[in-house]
Amino acid sequence: MSEQPTLGAATTPSVGGGPPVAGDISGASVRRGDRVFRGLSVGAAAAVLVIMAAIAVFLIFRSIPALRANTVNFFTFQQWLPDESPVQFGIAALLFYTLVTGILAMIIAVPVALGVALFINFYAPRRASAPLGYSIDLLAAVPSIVYGLWGFAFLAPHLTGLTLWLDKWFGWIPFFDYQLDNKPNNLTVFTAGIILAIMILPIISSISREVFRQVPRDQVEAALALGATRWEMIRTSVLPFGKAGVVSASILGFGRALGETLAVTIVLSNVYQISWHFTQTGGVTFASNIALKYGEAGTIGTGALIASGLCLFIITLGVNFSAQMIITRQRKGA
Amino acid sequence: MAVTTETRAGTGPAGAPLRGRKLPMYAMPGFAVAAVLLTLLLWATTGFAGRAGFVVFAVLLFGALQTGVSFAVEGRRQAVNRLFTTLVIIAFLLAATPLVLIIWYTIKEGIGAISGTFLTHSMFRINPEQPGGGIYHAIVGTLIQSALATVIAAPLGVLASIYLVEYGGGRRFARTVSFFVDVMTGVPSIVAGLFIYAFWILALGFQKSGFAGSLALLILMLPVIIRSSEEMLKLVPNELREASYALGVPKWRTILRVVLPTAIGGIVTGIMLGVARIMGETAPLLLLVGINQKIEFNPFAGMTEQVPQESLPTFIFEQFQLAVGNTESEPFKRAWGAALVLIIIIGVLSAVARLIARFARVRG
Repeated sequence: MSEQPTLGAATTPSVGGGPPVAGDISGASVRRGDRVFRGLSVGAAAAVLVIMAAIAVFLIFRSIPALRANTVNFFTFQQWLPDESPVQFGIAALLFYTLVTGILAMIIAVPVALGVALFINFYAPRRASAPLGYSIDLLAAVPSIVYGLWGFAFLAPHLTGLTLWLDKWFGWIPFFDYQLDNKPNNLTVFTAGIILAIMILPIISSISREVFRQVPRDQVEAALALGATRWEMIRTSVLPFGKAGVVSASILGFGRALGETLAVTIVLSNVYQISWHFTQTGGVTFASNIALKYGEAGTIGTGALIASGLCLFIITLGVNFSAQMIITRQRKGA
Repeated sequence: MAVTTETRAGTGPAGAPLRGRKLPMYAMPGFAVAAVLLTLLLWATTGFAGRAGFVVFAVLLFGALQTGVSFAVEGRRQAVNRLFTTLVIIAFLLAATPLVLIIWYTIKEGIGAISGTFLTHSMFRINPEQPGGGIYHAIVGTLIQSALATVIAAPLGVLASIYLVEYGGGRRFARTVSFFVDVMTGVPSIVAGLFIYAFWILALGFQKSGFAGSLALLILMLPVIIRSSEEMLKLVPNELREASYALGVPKWRTILRVVLPTAIGGIVTGIMLGVARIMGETAPLLLLVGINQKIEFNPFAGMTEQVPQESLPTFIFEQFQLAVGNTESEPFKRAWGAALVLIIIIGVLSAVARLIARFARVRG
């Protein structure tokens, strides 16, 4: 970065891009202009920190009264009854389902996104790779609420067969055990996981794609020149290089899945009870709980929702922190 | 004894052939056809049924056939290579399928709802259970709220990126800001909404309004704009800055008249992609923007007495709730119509952004 030239009294006839401004620029006004502009840009940068700090402060501040009024353990209680007396609410079920849907989404999305990134960089014809990349990125442009509608009206009804099939062959695993007698409606954790997977796929694949693009060309060509097959080239030179990038991309995707609101709200059916039967109706996450309860919440109820929002904020903050750490360390190492 | 030595022509030093045996070109399509035919046969003769199962079974069969034959003919390395090629292609198709399905389904369900009336009328005095009414009020709200958020976020974001690139220069403060920009990208939209709710509505005592929604959108948009314009400013060649300094132009004028004009195309693209990203955000608006059946051009309406603005994403959610799960009802159709309009608006924005990016690359 070039340093600012020393602007003493000698700066008289200044030639900017525009009309001659010789008269109005003296050393003092140059310094004032620079100081003002620098101040503005520092202020804008500081706004980021201020906003982040304000989010934390306001959420903490507003959740304290509700947490004080709570009569049960906030972390282990499953029900959400903040406006009853006694005041009882806890995040156990919210936390459980938020993590489960997020992990499910990761399990589905990461391998697929990795495949997409590899396909676009190393398998697709060179001319087609950019348009193909854009088209997968289009998935990120679809609004959350549209995923919700689609999941409700299209995906859920089409998963009935799969749910029953999983129950028939893999019913001995509690996750897939469908015990109810009625036909599955698939407004479940399982469906939510699939939808979240689709939603975070473009994030993971586009970051991985960028990482793979930076793999040193000579390593790739050296591997191929030594007679490696394409897969051996990927395994020996691409994957080791891109590992940290893919891991942090996946973590970022996980963070996105945790906070996703409307799609999950529409697909889950809001049951405040931890259950390992993921193909049975149920589930509620931090975000869906807030979206559904804010309307009817009283004073304590609103505070309780803000407290749960604070938990979500802290979790996503931690997740994103770790992802950024991995990226930063990779950059330093490289 | 002498006979065996004659075959050594065309082999390597250890007697191994220089070229491994390879499957012919027509082998892959052949396996595919064989897999489909075998599956058809199986589906016709046994109790198996279902389209999805058919596809899955055929693909598995194809993979097994191909890997098996390749292993026998070409050896392990080629077989593994072919297997992973198939897997990677399957992964891509798996990712493309939902994209196609979602867009196709939205168009199919939404196109019927869209009409002149739908686009130019509000829901005022319309019974939501009956056909009729439209989303004009919601479109107006979404456009105004996004524009308002952009008007605040764009200058703020560009200024912050100017700090990071032009002034920061690896300082501790700049690195901290840069780190938190990345972290801010991951703030869930509902948390941004809750924050504005706690700050604007609970602490400052305002009511719900379109503007409150804009504030939340601005938080979601800011890091996107900072990141993209930072990338663009970094692309501006240093020679341009140095030439300007050499002519005695002060730094701030250099930035305004040399650096920014050079990068402006990319910056505008970044801003538009940021707008496209927040336009579909529903969660914060649900908390901050109210329900209104009428056309309301004032984003500040509702802060004191009037009814606040509507927006497209919240309109979709309202209609979805009105439908109570009945996918054939009028509200559900209206929700799909609004969803299609929203996707089209976002798609057009993204497309225009990409066009600008193509025609206004950073020169230098």
